[in-house]
Amino acid sequence: MRSVAGTSRSFNRGRWLVWGGYALLMLLAPLVFTSSLSTTMLSQMGISIIACLAFNMLLGQGGMLSFGHAVYSGLGSFIAIHALNRVSGGSLALPVSLIPLVGGLGGLFFAALLGYVTTKKAGTPFAMITLGVGELVAAMSLMFPGFFGGEGGITGNRVAGQPFFGITFGPQLQLYYLIAIYTFVCTALMFAFTRTPLGRMLNASRDNPERIEFVGYNTRYVRYIAFMASGFFMGIAGGLSALNFEIVTSEVVGAARSGAYLLFTFLGGAVFFFGPIIGAVLLVLALVLLSELTQAWLLYLGLVFTFMVMFAPGGIASLIMMNLRVASFGKLRQLLWPYLMLLLSALVALAGASAMIEMVYHLQLNKVLGPELKFAGVPLNAMSWSSWLGAGVLLGVGVLLFELARRRFMPLWGRIQEEIESEIQRREARA
Amino acid sequence: MTAAAPAIELRDVRKSFGRTEIIRGANLAVQPGERVAVIGPNGAGKSTLFNLISGRFGSSGGEILLHGQRIDGLKPYEINRLGLARSFQVSNLFTRLSAFENIRCSVLWSMGYKYSFWHFLADLDDVNRRAEDVLGMIRLDRRRDVLAMNLTYAEQRALEIGITIAGGASVILLDEPTAGMSKSETSNFVSLIREVTVGKTLLTVEHDMGVVFGLADKIAVLVYGEVIAFDEPEAVRTNPRVQEAYLGSAHADAGAQSGGH
Repeated sequence: MRSVAGTSRSFNRGRWLVWGGYALLMLLAPLVFTSSLSTTMLSQMGISIIACLAFNMLLGQGGMLSFGHAVYSGLGSFIAIHALNRVSGGSLALPVSLIPLVGGLGGLFFAALLGYVTTKKAGTPFAMITLGVGELVAAMSLMFPGFFGGEGGITGNRVAGQPFFGITFGPQLQLYYLIAIYTFVCTALMFAFTRTPLGRMLNASRDNPERIEFVGYNTRYVRYIAFMASGFFMGIAGGLSALNFEIVTSEVVGAARSGAYLLFTFLGGAVFFFGPIIGAVLLVLALVLLSELTQAWLLYLGLVFTFMVMFAPGGIASLIMMNLRVASFGKLRQLLWPYLMLLLSALVALAGASAMIEMVYHLQLNKVLGPELKFAGVPLNAMSWSSWLGAGVLLGVGVLLFELARRRFMPLWGRIQEEIESEIQRREARA
Repeated sequence: MTAAAPAIELRDVRKSFGRTEIIRGANLAVQPGERVAVIGPNGAGKSTLFNLISGRFGSSGGEILLHGQRIDGLKPYEINRLGLARSFQVSNLFTRLSAFENIRCSVLWSMGYKYSFWHFLADLDDVNRRAEDVLGMIRLDRRRDVLAMNLTYAEQRALEIGITIAGGASVILLDEPTAGMSKSETSNFVSLIREVTVGKTLLTVEHDMGVVFGLADKIAVLVYGEVIAFDEPEAVRTNPRVQEAYLGSAHADAGAQSGGH
């Protein structure tokens, strides 16, 4: 599934196109989405893109499942905001635009320190140790209020030092472009990393940690260096978010944040380099928009995650790549109609299920407001049997239709894959 | 260290698992360039011996020397850097990487790129040429971009050998290289192994007597964790201790029929 840039040099035209498009997208996005909410969200997306890509250096490329990776972005945030306050106080002469780098160095420092222990093991022990280290740091955040700011956290002001050509980073848009530059450069650096000897040996250690010891490599060193690199980029993300929010509280090192990185990196797709970018965009959409839309957003998120793990363990990125493959063999047309059926029936089922979920949530949390609620424009009454019956019928019909569509889809998908395989073999034989 | 130090020397090597002693004072001296097959009944400790030499397990006693230098107690990667490479009985590949990448991973250290993250792989002409060469030698050049896990069994065995020799180690240990192969595959494979190990010191564990006589100049017979004979095939075959302990007198001429043991 992983496409290998065979004999091609480090750069070719297709790659320029992709990276140019990526840069252009970040350049133009705030001009298309102009509201202050969308500028804020775009800024957060940039930050979480760096964090999820850095997280995936371990998960996807190194097979290391870290349950406590917010430690490094979080500690990077704290280092950055302390540095920012020094700049404001005049005791540190550093342009604000370099504060994220300070966060990066902070992340690197703590990754070097804590990772030395963590990376002694791989696999499940590695995951356990990261969990322990994460809890440790979260507990320490309450023990050292001087550094972590206690309950209130540490505040800062990003308008500090001398403005550079009139850039103060006061307006959100100016900060967005700083974040965009960091995001682009970090993405490029992390992609470049995957093309280096160490990056490839990291893949090899994911596949077979034992064998690389017999071709001259110390597996632990490979893991440790990768862990530090990941910590550095996590720290940069942390530093950027310190500038973005101008406040850092102890929850940035917490388990919930670590879990979010894991969940969305996986959703986006850990198998492909660009997967976490999709995941990061979803992360911000879910945290900002979905949580506004419904109180039950964590439940929906859990459902989506469960479905993904079961049916598409390669994440959204792998779904995209599989369909691109089908398209490149000119067979996507056959699938359009089945896809539409799957989508519609899934939506019907989802509408029924979510109507029920919303009614339950309404009964539990908003009882004082009475039994009536509005869900997606439809008035529902959580105490009346007709609303429940309607939702139930919707769910039942949706599930039934989905199952019918799925039964027609699966053999078709299998046949198309077989056709593609035999086509590939024919081409190989001809070559 | 003398000029004529053996490539591999075992001096009273011992290994116990719990209270069970598997290797009970093995002695062996393989000269540079020699091609040795280690044979012995099941449970004689052949694979254990390889695991001790390559550093996969630590030994419980005795000394292991590579070109006169002590290597017992060293880690596998330290031993590999001194010029010893091994293959595994069960293919031990980088499953989600292509055949080419498998080989490339195996030449990086020996060509000095180590933990570099300041080189692009695509620009390493020496590495890429070497990897292509090895891929050609093991006849997988047409399967270059296929993931290791999608190769056929015989191709995986060839890749296993490729990973082992790619780094250019002078001492090669092959643990049952032809295990699980059909007869015709085996004979092709034996000539392939001969080709890729020209000029190297070769130690191989093997069950198939045809392969043993096809590959080795000398045979070491391991029984109950001791090397009871180490000589040319003909002398080993007529050695009464070997006949008694291992082949059994009825199977004394098993080699001629290239039967199993």
